[in-house]
Amino acid sequence: MSDRERKQRRDVEETTEDVEAPAARGEEVVEKIDDLLDEIDTVLEENAEEFVKNYVQKGGE
Amino acid sequence: MAVEPIIGTEVEYGIAVQRDPEFNPVTASGIVVNSYHGGRARIRWSYDDETPGRDARGFTVSTYPVDETDSGLVNAVLTNGARLYVDHAHPEYSTPECVDPLEATLHDKAGEWVMREAAEASRSMFEDGAGIVLHKNNSDGKGNSYGAHENYLVSRGVPFGQIVSHMTAFFVSRQILTGTGKIGAENGRQEASYQITQRADFFEEEIGLETTLKRPIINTRDEPHADSSRYRRLHVINADASRSEVQTLVKLGAASILLMAIEDEQVNDAIRLEDPVAAMQLVSRDLTGKVGLTCTDGQRRSAIDLQWHYFAIAEDYVAGNTLAPAYKRVIAEWRDLLEDFEKGWQYVRDRLDWAAKLALIEGYRRRDGLDWSDGKLSAVGLQFHDVDPAKGLYDRLMAAGAMRRLFEPQEIERAMHTPPEGTRAWFRGESLRRYPDAVVSANWDSLVFDTGESTLVRLPMIEPRRGSRNLVEDLFDQSPDAATLLELIGASDE
Repeated sequence: MSDRERKQRRDVEETTEDVEAPAARGEEVVEKIDDLLDEIDTVLEENAEEFVKNYVQKGGE
Repeated sequence: MAVEPIIGTEVEYGIAVQRDPEFNPVTASGIVVNSYHGGRARIRWSYDDETPGRDARGFTVSTYPVDETDSGLVNAVLTNGARLYVDHAHPEYSTPECVDPLEATLHDKAGEWVMREAAEASRSMFEDGAGIVLHKNNSDGKGNSYGAHENYLVSRGVPFGQIVSHMTAFFVSRQILTGTGKIGAENGRQEASYQITQRADFFEEEIGLETTLKRPIINTRDEPHADSSRYRRLHVINADASRSEVQTLVKLGAASILLMAIEDEQVNDAIRLEDPVAAMQLVSRDLTGKVGLTCTDGQRRSAIDLQWHYFAIAEDYVAGNTLAPAYKRVIAEWRDLLEDFEKGWQYVRDRLDWAAKLALIEGYRRRDGLDWSDGKLSAVGLQFHDVDPAKGLYDRLMAAGAMRRLFEPQEIERAMHTPPEGTRAWFRGESLRRYPDAVVSANWDSLVFDTGESTLVRLPMIEPRRGSRNLVEDLFDQSPDAATLLELIGASDE
């Protein structure tokens, strides 16, 4: 794990402690989600845009 | 008084192979099913009693095809009573039969975890860094949709016409609570930057038997997998496959309560939409829930108005009847969602998938100045549904405390291996757990045993509440093998 990832993980853990009752605190949740974007960048699929472009499913049901 | 419905879900998962977009999805789906190492038996699924062409309106379509790829060969029945198999070109998970919406929500979630474990186990078959990715979603964003079906087993005495009259506007309006969110439009429908549901664009009829084309809001498949003189199964195809636990609970619970209220004639004066199919797409595109929909009485009611109408009926019904405790929880969560959504979608982002996904996408738009057509937003939108906990964005939100949970991880883990106790799923799961070599095929309403005798023994289970733990555990405990069990069951029938 790189330092950057470690720092982000720590940030996420700290975030978790802060969010007790998200239902009552919608505005604060907004900011927490913004904090997550950096972390999400590190877990996006390899070549994410290419992956989604090629994502074609057969119909089902 | 109505009997509480038996509830189950069937979810087809989106599938892709990393670094190999041309990989055959039927083969990949088979790999997923066969890679699952949890409690399971790779046995045949018997179609003897299946009649998907049976129509609730009273006729049977005899040529309705049983799909060739779903030949029963790639099929597993799990020790929790669920079915894991390949349907068309997707891996599919059908939950066991559950007695209330909370239990059904737990088993729907356990299905995600089974898929996750199966995909993880299959990685050894691919080169380093590649593997199968599974999404709990309903559209590829390119015009192809696959289903998430809900099943409610109700009394045969509920007139189907009543279900159609009362449930259509309910189903159209509940999309504000059932959607999982999508960038853009599909199937030639009106443009949208972002819409609430993945499925609305694919609905073309009000009522019908089809599920793969000309999809209807009310599906008429009438195949109860139980005594058809006593039961009908309402097979509901119009919602998205939700990852949020609260969302799934309200989706399954609200419909169940309304069906009981209809059976007990507690729903009067049906509200009918002027154009339900057009309304499906309108509701999906209205991120406020407040745009008026024209009804046949000349009134205009928004999706939120309609949901409050059905909520009031349900609240009265739950207050006036003794039901499983889960139903009180459904009422509380349903009320909170409607009250919070009236303030804005930002207030339900911790409980509704479509709002959680929109929050992420809006975050990227703000931070990086991205346009709606930017490929990165599509990538984020797709990865929300990835069932891999390290990559799935729903899971990342959950880990950060930004999504509400109903279940502890150990409860979900347990549901992957343990059947619901109150239905025949318990008998099915326990038979597989205790006598894995003796069960040769299964169906929802029967099991076939091979006890080494010259003939196989088929055990019908057409009453879904029989086979529950309290009825049959003693028999299992007395039976070192399946032959003894069958003998004891035969004896107890006399």
